Amino acid sequence: MALPIYATPLERVWHKTYLVICALIFLFLIAPILIVIPLSFNAEPYFTFTEKMLSFDPEGYSMRWYDNLLTHGMQFPNVLRDGAWWSDMWNNAQWIRAAKNSVIVGFWATLLATSLGTLAALGLSRPEMPYRKLITAVLLSPMIVPVIITATGLFFFYSNPCSVLGPLEPAGGCGRLTSTYLGVILAHATLGIPFVIITVTATLSSFDKSLSRAAANLGAGPVRTFFKVQLPLITPGVVSGALFAFVTSFDEVVVVLFIGSHEQQTIPRQMWNGIREQISPSILAVATILVIISIALLTVVELLRRRSERMRGLTPQ
Amino acid sequence: MSDTILRTADGKPLKAALMRASAVARRRAFMLVLPLLAFVLITFVVPIGQMLSRSVTNDAFSANMPSVVAWFAANPEGTEPDEAAYAALVVDLVNAANARTIGTVATRINYDVSGTRSLFTSTGRKAKNMEAPFKDAVLAADEEWGDKVVWAAMRNASAAVTTTFYQAATDRKLTDEGVYAKAPEDLRVYLTLFWRTFVLSGAVTLLCLILGFPVAHLLARLPMRISSLLMILVLLPFWTSLLVRTTSWMVLLQEQGILNNMLVYLGILEDNGRLALMYNQTGTIIAMTHILLPFMILPLYSVMKTIPITYTRAARSLGATSWTTFRRIYVPQTIPGIGAGGILVFILAVGYYITPALVGGATGTLISNQIAFHMQDSLNWSLAAALAAMLLAAVLALYWVYDRLVGIDNMKLG
Repeated sequence: MALPIYATPLERVWHKTYLVICALIFLFLIAPILIVIPLSFNAEPYFTFTEKMLSFDPEGYSMRWYDNLLTHGMQFPNVLRDGAWWSDMWNNAQWIRAAKNSVIVGFWATLLATSLGTLAALGLSRPEMPYRKLITAVLLSPMIVPVIITATGLFFFYSNPCSVLGPLEPAGGCGRLTSTYLGVILAHATLGIPFVIITVTATLSSFDKSLSRAAANLGAGPVRTFFKVQLPLITPGVVSGALFAFVTSFDEVVVVLFIGSHEQQTIPRQMWNGIREQISPSILAVATILVIISIALLTVVELLRRRSERMRGLTPQ
Repeated sequence: MSDTILRTADGKPLKAALMRASAVARRRAFMLVLPLLAFVLITFVVPIGQMLSRSVTNDAFSANMPSVVAWFAANPEGTEPDEAAYAALVVDLVNAANARTIGTVATRINYDVSGTRSLFTSTGRKAKNMEAPFKDAVLAADEEWGDKVVWAAMRNASAAVTTTFYQAATDRKLTDEGVYAKAPEDLRVYLTLFWRTFVLSGAVTLLCLILGFPVAHLLARLPMRISSLLMILVLLPFWTSLLVRTTSWMVLLQEQGILNNMLVYLGILEDNGRLALMYNQTGTIIAMTHILLPFMILPLYSVMKTIPITYTRAARSLGATSWTTFRRIYVPQTIPGIGAGGILVFILAVGYYITPALVGGATGTLISNQIAFHMQDSLNWSLAAALAAMLLAAVLALYWVYDRLVGIDNMKLG
């Protein structure tokens, strides 16, 4: 972004200042995220850089908080690290349990949100779709409505889900969805749906319809056209929608706090407890791992976007 | 002579055939959406509907005290409770004590008139030994039964549908005369909190705009190769867990945290004069601005990207200074982006819960935190539902404005 040659000296000074301001804002955006990474290797239980860390003394750094992630909650953390230790860790360590829960809930919620969401996006992007605006507004609203409201509503609904049947409700109800995996999964799927709809509809809007017609012309039925022509082209959009849905679930804490129990402890919930109760640098170790995961996810989404742009570039406009 | 209606090959009127074909196409499109629509209706719309009905449902008292409810129905408002009223009260108290529902009843009245919980439970225990005249017997058990407020609260609780919780949510309380009136200024908890939520959200939105505008402008003007690299700096916070970002700010803003340490080290602050950056509004504003900034930058960027540079060049060649060009030519073209980003950030800020709960302390919490408090700690679910309904109304109004301004189908991610 070069200045034009006719720029006055004052404008040149302002331009430099402007670049500095932008650099500072970028620093504001990124520094808080990166700062946790070195701090998570702190040898002391502090949340700030110690003298030793600043002088790059190896003694100032350690992996103890990462180790703590594995041992916290174990029955016998201080024995020899043999097979029994690892299986103890795998079954009892609290953070491992939380990670397993997060992955289970995230997987099913993503599967549900992506399959239903892609199907709906296909319908919504057809020109004949009736009430498109209203239905889109309803389907996207879980993203707009504050999660605390959703969680409050779900809390009432999950206490007696059969009430939705009205007069058909069986006497004595049919159990509850609070404190169940199913309840958390359904809620997380709902929260992830808007992201799937947005990404898939965006991909479909640039989809060249003449390709489907060409396939039909060459004798493919609607199902075959979908799987052979349409789906491969919209796959990047579907996958990034799925990633969004997974991240939404993976990062969600309010719903889990309201309708989950100790049984459904996920990573964010464990972090939330950790921050509020016994704050230890283990939280920073978890944060570092999550930052690395988000860097990986961002890379994947970015690659998918480029791939989809490339694929679209091949189709004649 | 055949009619002039166009017909298809098999002799049907063309218009009817077209109508049928488009009806089929519409039905097909709708069938694709139907599973998801049904899913969202059940897991999202119905629960919120139940929450709304909860905010006006008032059966804690009316379901357990039928005789008193019947007396209220027979006697208009303002009637002094007579012997019949006290007799009904005793009957209900005995039944409620036997059915162990008296706690529910007491809690319900306690919402309106605090300190009446024990009045119900203790009189409930004595009620089964009471004999006529009941008025004297009840008043002998506890003087407070003669209080107008208690009867007003019970009358008020006897309706199956009520606005009581909305009255409470707007800081209107039962006075000693038994009517609702605004609480004194210093006791208006919820209105203050709603006001604070909107003011803080406005401040966060404004800060996001001030910080987001130059960055979006830079990204839109730089060559694609460099801007897509810099874009990563915007998208990475967007993809990073909310709790991670909040934790980072806690680490930075603490009294013994990095920011304060740096300021002390540089000699800007005395060691005992460290700034309180966290557990107050400052903390909430800083952390929320950081978290919501990408939601401002992305819409601004996508609008700025489409503004051709030729307009500013034309303005300059016609003699405008760079400031005039910016103010009169460039900014007006970015208004759609400012609107989209501003409303989006404001909507998200109004409902924030996690970040204020962790860094907000006592003065930096928002209305969501109060909803969570009533759901989890005070267990006054109806009041929580009423507060949530009011917040929901505000958010939906903003959503409508957003749709008008931007169009929800134009929402983009990254």
